[in-house]
Amino acid sequence: MGLQTPELIVSSGSLAEVEKLFAAGADAVTVGDERHALRAPGHFDLAMIHSAVQLAHDQGKKVYVLVNALLHHDHLEGLEEYLQQLAEHEVDAIVFGDPAVFMTAKRVAPQLGLHWSTETTSTNYRTIQFWAKRGATRANLARELSMREVIEIKRYSPVPIQVQVHGMTCIFHSKRKLVSNYFRFQKRYREEREQPLFLKEHVRKEQRYPVFEDLHGTHVMSNEDLCMIEHLGQLITSGVDCFYIEGNRKSIAYNCQIASIYRQAIDAFLQDPQAPLDPSLLSELQKIQPKSYPLGTGFYFKEQVYWKRR
Amino acid sequence: MAERTKLKKPELLAPAGNLEKLKFAVLYGADAVYIGGQKYGLRSKAGNFSYEDMKEGVAFAHQHGAKVFVAANIIAHNEDFDGMTDYFQTLYQIGIDAVIIADPAVVDICREAAPNLEIHISTQSSITNWQTVQFWADEGIPRVVLAREVSLDEVQKIKQHTDIEIETFIHGAMCMSYSGRCVLSNYMTSRDANRGGCAQSCRWKYDLFEDLDGEENALFEEGDQSFTMSSKDLCMIEHIPELINAGVDSLKIEGRMKSIHYIATVVNSYRRVIDAYCEDPEGFQFKPEWKEEILKAANRPLTTGFYFNNPSEKDQIFGLPPKMAAYDFAGLVLDYDPETQTALIEQRNHFKIGQEVEFIGPKREKFLQQIDEIRDEKGNPLDAARHPMQKVKVKVDLPVQPYDLMRIEKEQEIIKKKHFLT
Repeated sequence: MGLQTPELIVSSGSLAEVEKLFAAGADAVTVGDERHALRAPGHFDLAMIHSAVQLAHDQGKKVYVLVNALLHHDHLEGLEEYLQQLAEHEVDAIVFGDPAVFMTAKRVAPQLGLHWSTETTSTNYRTIQFWAKRGATRANLARELSMREVIEIKRYSPVPIQVQVHGMTCIFHSKRKLVSNYFRFQKRYREEREQPLFLKEHVRKEQRYPVFEDLHGTHVMSNEDLCMIEHLGQLITSGVDCFYIEGNRKSIAYNCQIASIYRQAIDAFLQDPQAPLDPSLLSELQKIQPKSYPLGTGFYFKEQVYWKRR
Repeated sequence: MAERTKLKKPELLAPAGNLEKLKFAVLYGADAVYIGGQKYGLRSKAGNFSYEDMKEGVAFAHQHGAKVFVAANIIAHNEDFDGMTDYFQTLYQIGIDAVIIADPAVVDICREAAPNLEIHISTQSSITNWQTVQFWADEGIPRVVLAREVSLDEVQKIKQHTDIEIETFIHGAMCMSYSGRCVLSNYMTSRDANRGGCAQSCRWKYDLFEDLDGEENALFEEGDQSFTMSSKDLCMIEHIPELINAGVDSLKIEGRMKSIHYIATVVNSYRRVIDAYCEDPEGFQFKPEWKEEILKAANRPLTTGFYFNNPSEKDQIFGLPPKMAAYDFAGLVLDYDPETQTALIEQRNHFKIGQEVEFIGPKREKFLQQIDEIRDEKGNPLDAARHPMQKVKVKVDLPVQPYDLMRIEKEQEIIKKKHFLT
């Protein structure tokens, strides 16, 4: 068949987690700091990034650093040095969304891989061709795409493509501090909450959307965790190059188990593409899935409507 | 250099949801208008222009020295490429002055299809820094629309570091999110926000909880307002000099869905401020009536957005937004007979004898008018104009002309204007 083994990437919040994720079967991790990264699950300074890279490279694995924030001028300062240092520490690639990062990296750290990831706006193959032509080495696709679209993008993409296969995804990013604003408006609750927050729709109360604030504003996350464990075969057969697991807001134990389950499912499929998914993998996954995060397949098998079909 | 920048009069760019609104925007003072075609725009509910309407709109605008831009700012999916080449070629042939594009894929397609069609990068791209502006400058793009999250200081810095045209929003509704970075509507309603399907889910009501080891703890109490993500509307009418001094090339008003009365009022107010400042920067003094005019058409309370600080709870709307627009659009002047001092008016809202109305026009000061006499087209006296689009004759004290508007203060509640002026 000549099936290509996809790379399995998991976001990681700490060095301990990096080590365990590699042991669980991850091929690569994404890490970042709050200043340059959007929604990184933990803070990695340069020393930690250095250690993570050593850990990875000793095992033939990779570290990608998130530099995917929409940068305002105050965060542009020091960007050159930061990218140079990432290159010096032999980071394998950076993940970028803002053209400012792309331009700076090409200028000061040309050896860095450049993974283009504009989140909600990486939705078609022509856009990937645009960025690939200018030097992007990988495209991370938007989550709001159907399986058909992903496959078509793969066919026309000149660079490897990465899709998310598991975990939550950001569905709203504001520069405003909306949670703090609400607390101040209410004049009732202290602003710093330790526990995870979520929003519920007024009408459909069963829908819960995690929400949090950081340096870059407010982020609202999806009401479901994406789970493509049953459809990996189709993605692998279509040649999709990289599978991403979002570990944000989950425990290390959970993320490692999930990484291990996907590792086993990928390996089993490559060994025997005709064999069905081992049901014990699915049941194990369902068992560890927190009740508050229902599983779903996102937009892979769902039609979206817009003006054209009116 | 600084001197020249200071004196450069920026373009006033207005929305036009249909051909009629385009004409009003131009006549009331817009230097350019932006419209949507039948495809690839983000306002599926706006009137949007057929190619025929575009031709007429371009002819009208050009005749008045104004430009016409077409928004094609979807974030495209593969299927959207069908027909796109033809679309841009047709726009170019029609004489459209520029297209507003967000997706680099669409930029590429447009450049191949119509190399001489000017491209502006849309606010949907969320451009927040000068290096990104420079990226687009290097790509040969002559203008970018900045993200609404950019402060006045940042605008200034962008102008210092780059030399392509900068367009910023000065008025209208604001997304709560970085534009293009919100798919709430997709997840909540399966409607693609980035292709014109936005269901405005951000303005829905939510409840905020914290998760205490699996237990839900409500962070609100009975009677509290819900958590909403609804912004007050942007209004920079009092800060035009700062924007001009920062070197902004085009001042943009949001609102392709807005009414003729809104467009005419808002455009005209900004026109007057820009002209007054550019005429005499040193002697310029802001007249409160300019803002009072804006308030006559405002839909929501107003804010200066991100220009001066990161918006707080005071820049958001919690609970029901107060009813704002204090005036209704009562009628449109079609003609005027100087001999009988009678205006021919097309009715747009109920008005009757004894009421006081206000006439506004693009070229002269507004005036109040007591309605003493209403007649139908045949000359029969009426006590009121009751029917939409009904043509009636009204006695006026001062001359009026076609495209003047007649508006009337709403009876139900007189808005405490001062509350919103602070």
